[in-house]
Amino acid sequence: MVYAVTPLLLLDQITRRYRPEAAPVLDRLRLQLAPGEYLAIMGESGSGKSTLLNLIAGLDRPDSGRVLFEGIDLATLDDDAVTRWRRASIGFVFQAFHVLPYLTVLQNVALPLDLLGVRNPQRQERALQLLEACGIAALAPRYARELSGGELQRIAIARALVHRPRLVLADEPTGNLDARTAQQILRLLREQLHASAANAILITHSVAAAATADRILQLASGQLRPAARSAALPSVP
Amino acid sequence: MNRSDRARGAWIAWRALTRSQLRGHPLQLLATVLAIALGVALGTAVYLVNSAALTEFDQAARRLVGSADIVIRGPPEGFDEALFASLARHRAVSAASPVLDLQVTLPGQRPPLQVLGLDPFRAAALQPALLGEIGADVTGLFARDTIMLSRSAAQVLELRRGDALTVIVGGAPKSLRVIGILSDAVYPEPLGIMDIATAQWSLARIGRLNRIDLRLRPGAPADAVRAALAAELPPGVVAVTPAIERGRALTATRAYRVNLNTLALVALLTGAFLVFSTQSLAVLRRRSVLGLLRALGVTRPQLQGALLGEGAAIGAAGSLLGALLGALVAALILRHLGSGFGNRAMIAGGAVLVLPSLAIAAFVLIGTAVACLGAWIPAREAARRAPALAMKAGDAEPSLRRLPTTLPGLLLIAAGAILAWLPPIGGLPLAGYLAIAALLAGAVLLIPTLMRWITGTATRSGHATLDIAVAQLQGSASISTVSLAAIVVSFSLMVAMAIMVHSFRNSFDLWLVKLLPADLQLRLSAFSDTGALALDQQTRIAELPGVARAQFRRVRQIWLSADRAPLALIARDIDPAHAGDSLPLLRAAQQSLPDGTQPAWISESLQDLYGFQPGDRLLLPLDGRLLPLFVAGIWRDYVRPDGAIVVARAAYIAATGDQSANEGSLWRRPQVSAPALEAAVRASLALGDALELIGGEQLRERSLRLFDQAFAITYALEAIAVAIGLVGVGVAASSSALARRAQFGMLRHIGMLRRQILGMLAIEGVIMSTLSAIYGLLLGAALSLILVYVINRQSFRWSIDLAIPWRQLAALSTALITAAALTALWSGRAAMSQDAVRAVREDW
Repeated sequence: MVYAVTPLLLLDQITRRYRPEAAPVLDRLRLQLAPGEYLAIMGESGSGKSTLLNLIAGLDRPDSGRVLFEGIDLATLDDDAVTRWRRASIGFVFQAFHVLPYLTVLQNVALPLDLLGVRNPQRQERALQLLEACGIAALAPRYARELSGGELQRIAIARALVHRPRLVLADEPTGNLDARTAQQILRLLREQLHASAANAILITHSVAAAATADRILQLASGQLRPAARSAALPSVP
Repeated sequence: MNRSDRARGAWIAWRALTRSQLRGHPLQLLATVLAIALGVALGTAVYLVNSAALTEFDQAARRLVGSADIVIRGPPEGFDEALFASLARHRAVSAASPVLDLQVTLPGQRPPLQVLGLDPFRAAALQPALLGEIGADVTGLFARDTIMLSRSAAQVLELRRGDALTVIVGGAPKSLRVIGILSDAVYPEPLGIMDIATAQWSLARIGRLNRIDLRLRPGAPADAVRAALAAELPPGVVAVTPAIERGRALTATRAYRVNLNTLALVALLTGAFLVFSTQSLAVLRRRSVLGLLRALGVTRPQLQGALLGEGAAIGAAGSLLGALLGALVAALILRHLGSGFGNRAMIAGGAVLVLPSLAIAAFVLIGTAVACLGAWIPAREAARRAPALAMKAGDAEPSLRRLPTTLPGLLLIAAGAILAWLPPIGGLPLAGYLAIAALLAGAVLLIPTLMRWITGTATRSGHATLDIAVAQLQGSASISTVSLAAIVVSFSLMVAMAIMVHSFRNSFDLWLVKLLPADLQLRLSAFSDTGALALDQQTRIAELPGVARAQFRRVRQIWLSADRAPLALIARDIDPAHAGDSLPLLRAAQQSLPDGTQPAWISESLQDLYGFQPGDRLLLPLDGRLLPLFVAGIWRDYVRPDGAIVVARAAYIAATGDQSANEGSLWRRPQVSAPALEAAVRASLALGDALELIGGEQLRERSLRLFDQAFAITYALEAIAVAIGLVGVGVAASSSALARRAQFGMLRHIGMLRRQILGMLAIEGVIMSTLSAIYGLLLGAALSLILVYVINRQSFRWSIDLAIPWRQLAALSTALITAAALTALWSGRAAMSQDAVRAVREDW
């Protein structure tokens, strides 16, 4: 007996143009993400990495082709439904952290749970658990505006995972950090993804960052191709 | 770096910044420019109309009294003409001209006509142009019942040479023959000229004069001579110089001018707050550009200069536009409303608009300076910020939070509270105005502290949208001050004005009800000197079958002091034991009536102007004698700002023998209709429409309508100020939403629905506008106390009772909250239309 395993994410013949007459930035692109996989996508500036991320997150729609998440075609969902799906299934880590300055660290981390309607004390317990895991529990009562870049990105990672998403999308998460902090953050991300059994797609320019992923793809001319792992750079354990 | 390099750097920075503002936010710039323009326009218009009126007043005074150094004035009833002979012989006097200067009653309920009875040959010494104009007609003036009219009088009355002019003298019409029309060059205002003897005969003033113009010998000291002459004058006759008369005219209108100018200042200050808001938010929005300019080598002073220059450019544009608008409005007011803005004392016929370039330049400078003041703090803060910080994304709140606000706010409020208790300065409520300014500034400075305190006490609801909204407001309290300053200032002033006007209207209405209890009021041409009902006419009216009760009054002018305008003496039926039943009495004397005196009730103005108190004695000059009076009480009068005194008519008749009356009140029998009674009264007198008859209720309605019209412009200006404040809220909301685009983008990414974000903005808008409305209401209520009890009392010398227009305030607050919330939401929606996905990639 053969069981067909539904991929977590399937991008099927995706094409996306910025203008109708322009060359496609993504051209009949295919991608399949297996459950538990941590994928890095690299590419030059303007190659369409962020466009691809937006399509995966349901923030943008392809001109043709389908984005299937656990077998569900995102095109069949309206804006509210996509937003609700994203709220529950996706976690984000941004280059610029985007931590709300007027909320405490704990409130920032608990924000996705707030949106999902999780009530206290479960909400606070879960947020504290993630802060603990990210090594920043002591910062819980402080305001985000008082913190360093590294601390802010740890908060962002905690926020991205607090609601146990199926997929984490990280867009240049170390772009605003120094090399040492970047390594720490990548290690933390990897650990927490593993602990949460979450999948992840990492968009990056950095070979070092990409090296932390299970698989690396190169986006060029609208297509994804496997990229060789640089022998010079060891993967983060 | 030399001076020209510094200037060039500032110029380059200014150009870059202003261009980005002009291209990026032209509507916000336009709103700010319009706010300044409004303030300058109002100030310019008030100034131009006033200066036109005062110039015309000066010229008219010069035409009417010629080159007189001293003018002797008496009441309209006049003084014995023997005084002329004695003054003309005075060694310091080189020329004297006897005059009968009367406002003659006209039929048809027209305004009275000023008529000068002159001795043409004596008047020629002081007014040579007049005799030249009269020329060969001079002999005609000596004929019985003849008059010459100025061209404007002839036009208004539609008369030509040879026509008959009917005037009312006593209780009867009299016909005068027009023998000539004077050109506008001599008297542009409506005026009649008669020979003095003819005037005395025709206008029932035989042997009487009420004015003597004196020219002094060269070198004679006018003030000393005036003082010497004053000592020789009979009671109720005063000696004044043209300068005193001008000063009196200025004083009479000063409170109105100061109030109108204050309104202009309020508009200008609201504009300054808007400049402050716009510039502060523009600085926040362009932090990265400012940082870049600093990184490229623009120095702190250059950057500060550029931002100040931006404020100055806004101010200059607004001020120039405002000056033009002001001139246009002034021209329209002079053409359609006259120079009085509804205040009779200020009206000068034929006032012509002149545009004094120095004054206009001063207004433009003031507007520009106010805008610079608004731009100064944001410019200083921007220049102080380190370039690296300015270029980097960050939180603008801390830089604003560093500014001390709580202590200065409390100090200013304390200063305002103290200033409110100070007496008038030079007769003007300047301390009251300063108190309002201090309270406003103090209250604005306290907004961040209050905002932090209020939002800090709010507990978390567990709803992400509400909690983020509250946290946002708490965290951005200083920026909120910038957003709310203009709306709080304009709304609180509108609330204060609404309470003051409502209180005034309420008091005015009660006053009308008290003073006009009768069914029908009758009057012989208001403000005229010659019309009066004789005793037999009064009896005829009182005995009409439809009249249940009749009361007649004699109202006349009395000079108490040369430095002040004449007061009104009202002789009427009054029961001293129950004066409060028919007079709006405020205080009564505790002492009993001293022997040999008559009770008198003085208005608040008289109390303020002359310092009389209940229980005081005063000597009233009446027909050359002094009538001893006892101040039995103070009453409220909203009609005569120069003061009024009520005495019992019986006492007045006993002292003067004058039984005539020029006003009356009639109560009709139940079975008689008001129109029937009116017809019967008119038929009994055969005075035609010279007699003004109006129902008590009708008069009340007319008075209240005029009251509302007078304050309509105030409401319109306040509404504009609030609209400008709302523009400020819109500017702030859109800037804030723009600055938070990345935040909205992140929230969209993590699963917040678009409507949830809009809901969050709406919550923020409602919280902010509700707090603004509540704060504005409280502040406005405090300011209204100063307006009612300090500024109104000191400006107009009458009191009003505080009354709160609850319904109006509720409607105003609801309108404000709705408008501000919608403005904030609309501005946020505009920012939300930006691509949320792109926004999270913007790092600023």
